[in-house]
Amino acid sequence: MSTESQHRTRHTRISIFIIASFLCIGSLLTFARVEAAGPPTAQVNTTGLAVTDTTVTVGDLHSATGTMAISEIGSIQAELLAIDQINAAGGILGRKIEVIKEDGASDWPNFAEKARKLLVKDKVAAVFGCWTSASRKAVLPVFEKENGLLYYPTFYEGLEQSKNVIYTGQEATQQIIAGLDWVTKTKGAKTFFLIGSDYIWPRTSNKIARKHIENVLHGKVVGEEYYPLGTTNFRSLINKAKLAKPDVIYSIVVGGSNVSWFKQLKAADITGDKWTLLTISTTEDEVKGIGGESVLNFYSAMKYFQTLKNPNNEKFVAAFKAKYGADSVIGDVTQAAYLGPWLWKAAVEKAGSFDVDKVVAASPGIELSSAPEGYVKVHANHHLWSKLRIGRWRRRCCCEIYRYHRRRSVNHG
Amino acid sequence: MPKKLLSHWITAKNRSDLINLALLALLLLVVLPLALDIFRLNLVGKYLTFAFVAVGLVLCWGYGGILSLGQGIFFGLGGYCMAMFLKLEASDPVSTAIQSTPGIPDFMDWNQIKALPWFWEPFHSFSFTLIAVLILPTLFAYLIGVAMFKRRVGGVYFAIITQAIALILTVLIVGQQGLTGGINGITDLKTLLGWDIRTNSARYILYYINAALLLGGIVFSRWLLSSKLGLLLVALRDKEERVRFSGYDVANLKIFTFCVAALFSAVGGAMFTLQVGFMSPSFVGIVPSIEMVIFTAVGGRLSLIGAVYGALLVNFGKSYFSETFADLWLYLMGALFIGVVLFLPNGLAGLFREPRQTWLLIKHTALMLVAKLRPARLRPEGK
Repeated sequence: MSTESQHRTRHTRISIFIIASFLCIGSLLTFARVEAAGPPTAQVNTTGLAVTDTTVTVGDLHSATGTMAISEIGSIQAELLAIDQINAAGGILGRKIEVIKEDGASDWPNFAEKARKLLVKDKVAAVFGCWTSASRKAVLPVFEKENGLLYYPTFYEGLEQSKNVIYTGQEATQQIIAGLDWVTKTKGAKTFFLIGSDYIWPRTSNKIARKHIENVLHGKVVGEEYYPLGTTNFRSLINKAKLAKPDVIYSIVVGGSNVSWFKQLKAADITGDKWTLLTISTTEDEVKGIGGESVLNFYSAMKYFQTLKNPNNEKFVAAFKAKYGADSVIGDVTQAAYLGPWLWKAAVEKAGSFDVDKVVAASPGIELSSAPEGYVKVHANHHLWSKLRIGRWRRRCCCEIYRYHRRRSVNHG
Repeated sequence: MPKKLLSHWITAKNRSDLINLALLALLLLVVLPLALDIFRLNLVGKYLTFAFVAVGLVLCWGYGGILSLGQGIFFGLGGYCMAMFLKLEASDPVSTAIQSTPGIPDFMDWNQIKALPWFWEPFHSFSFTLIAVLILPTLFAYLIGVAMFKRRVGGVYFAIITQAIALILTVLIVGQQGLTGGINGITDLKTLLGWDIRTNSARYILYYINAALLLGGIVFSRWLLSSKLGLLLVALRDKEERVRFSGYDVANLKIFTFCVAALFSAVGGAMFTLQVGFMSPSFVGIVPSIEMVIFTAVGGRLSLIGAVYGALLVNFGKSYFSETFADLWLYLMGALFIGVVLFLPNGLAGLFREPRQTWLLIKHTALMLVAKLRPARLRPEGK
C-alpha cells in the first residue's frame, strides 16, 4: 500500500502537467465546437435533465452480474458501441454522450431502485436497458412516474404500450405469426407441441401461438408444457414429445436451460434432419453455449441474425468484433440494443430538444436505414416495423437465413 | 406494565441499552431525515424493513437458538397481503378499462383469467388486509412450529426445512402466475385508500411510521427478553434438556418465539410493499432469507440494536458499492462478510461491547495470516 502511494506521488507531477496541457487544448476545442454546433442548453433542455453545453448524460441499466448477465452483457456492449460511434461522429446536438452504468444484478426490485436513482438523482436524458419482462415491469411505474425515457431491446410478450418506453425488439405477434405461417406452408405442419420456460413471455407467446394455430391455420396443438427457469432435466418432456409425434416442436426455452434442452434432444435422437423444431428464444448467444452440433438444422424465427448479408450489418459486425474480440457473437437482442441510442439520436435531432415529452412526440415515424437488420421505422405504438426471418442453424454456430416476411408492428395494448 | 418496563430499563445493566436505543432513535428520526434527500431516505426506509426481520432473528436465533433460514416466507406473506390490497385498489374498472376484463389486476388479464379468484376478494377491505398481514404469517409460523418443535425437530434439520418451505412457496408463486403475478411479482401499486404513496410527502410519512414501528418492536423485544421468558430462552438455547426436565414445555416456548419473529418479518414485508411500491417472489426464496440472516450476523446476533445497524450497513453497502463500483461490487460485499466473520464473531455489536477482545482477535488473526503467508524458509525452525 505504502509503496503504491509513493509510486503515485512520483507520478503525480508528470500527470498533472499532462492533464493540464490536455485540458487547455480540450477546452479550446470544445469551446470552438459549441460555438459551431450546439444550440444553447436552455433551449434543448427545459426540464432539468443532465445536459450541459458539451455533454448529455444517459443511463445504462442491465444485469452485469447474476443469472441474466450471460444474456445482458451483449446488450450493454452493443449500447456502448453505438454511443461510442455517435460520440465519434460529433455527438447529439453538439453534445457528447456520457454514460452512467448501473447494475440491475438480475434482481427486479433492484432494477426499480436503480431506475429511480438514474432518473431522480442523475437526471439522465434517456435510459437504455432492461432485458427480462420482469425487470421491465418493475421499472415501468418508475419511468411513468418520473417521466423518463427507456429504450427496451428484448423480444417480449407484447400487451403493453407505455408513453415512456420505446420497444426496439419484436413483440410476440410480430415474431410468432409469420413464423407459424412459414412452417405450415413450407413444411406442411399440422400438429404442434409447445414448450416454454415458466414465466410471462413464453406463456403469453404460446397463447398467441395456440390461437393462431387453431383458428387461422386449422392445425392442432398436441401438447403444451412449461418448466421453471433454470431447469436442466427435460427427459420426461422429451418422452412426451416423442409419444405425441408432432410435426413441429415449438420451443420458447430461455437462458441457461437451453444448453441442457438441446443436448438432451440430441441424446434422445431428436435431430434436425428428422424433426422440425422452431424456436423464438434461441439466438447466437445461446448457441455459443449449446454448441452448433446440437442445434444443427433446427430453425429460429428472429428479426436479426449475425450472418445477415447487407453492408450495414457487415460494418456493424466488424465494429463489434473489433471492439469486443473476434470470437464475440451477436444475437437478435444485441442488435436491437444497438438500435436504441441511434433511434434516440434521431428523435432528439428531429425534436431539437432532449426533453422527454418532445423526444417521445418526435419518435413515431423515425426511420433508420442504417440499422444492421435493414430498414426500421418507429410506429405510433412505440414498437418497430421490422421483418421476421427464419434461420436454419449450421454446425459452426451461424445461421443460414432462409426466408423472411415483412410484418408491421402489431400490438393489442 | 409501563412502570415495570421502566424499572427494567433503569437498572445499571440496562442503562447502556437505553442510551443505545436513544441514539438509534435519534439517528432514525432526526439525523437521517435531515441529512438525506428523500430518494436516499426512501432507500433507508427500505433497508429498515429488513431490520424488522433481523430483530426477529435476534430473538429466535440469537437468544432462542432457532436458526430459521426461511424468514423470507413471512416477509413475503406480509408483503403480498399488502400488495394484494394495493393492487386491487389500483385495478378499479376505470383505470383498467382497456383490459378484456376490466376491474381485475392487469397480470390476471394477461393470463386470460376472467374473474377475480376467491382468495383475492377479502383483500378489497383494508381492515381485513391489516389483520391478514399480522395473522396469516404468524399462523403459518405457528403451524410450522407445531409440526416441527412438538416432534423435537430442531437445529440444522429445522433450518433446512424452513429453507425448503421458502423454496416451495417461491415455486408456487412463480408457477401460479395468473393468480400471483408470477416471477414479475405484483407491480405498479399506486394508492393506499386514495392516498398516493408515490409522492415525496407520502414517502416521508411512511418512513416515520416504519421507523416508529421498528423502534416499538425493539422496545417490545427488549421487554420480552428481560422477562422470565427471555431467561428461559437463553437457558433453552444453551441446555435444552435441562429446561425440559425442569418442567417447562420447550416446544411451546420455541413456537412462541418463532411466531414473534414471523410477525416482525410480516410487518417488515408490509412496510416494504408500501415504501417500494411492489412485491415479488425474489423476497421469498432461499437467497433473500439467507441474506436476512447475514444482516443479523453482521449486526450481532445477540443485539437487537446491532441487528438494525447490520441491516442498514449491508444494504447501504450493496447500494453504494454497486453504484460506485458497478463492476466489482459483489467482491466488495464478499470482503465485508468475510471481514465480519473473521474479526467480529459477535458482529458490529461485539465491536462496541468488547472493543479490547475484538482488537486482540484482529491482531491475532492478522499475525496468523502473516505467518501463513510468509515463505517457508523464513519461518522460524522447530515445530
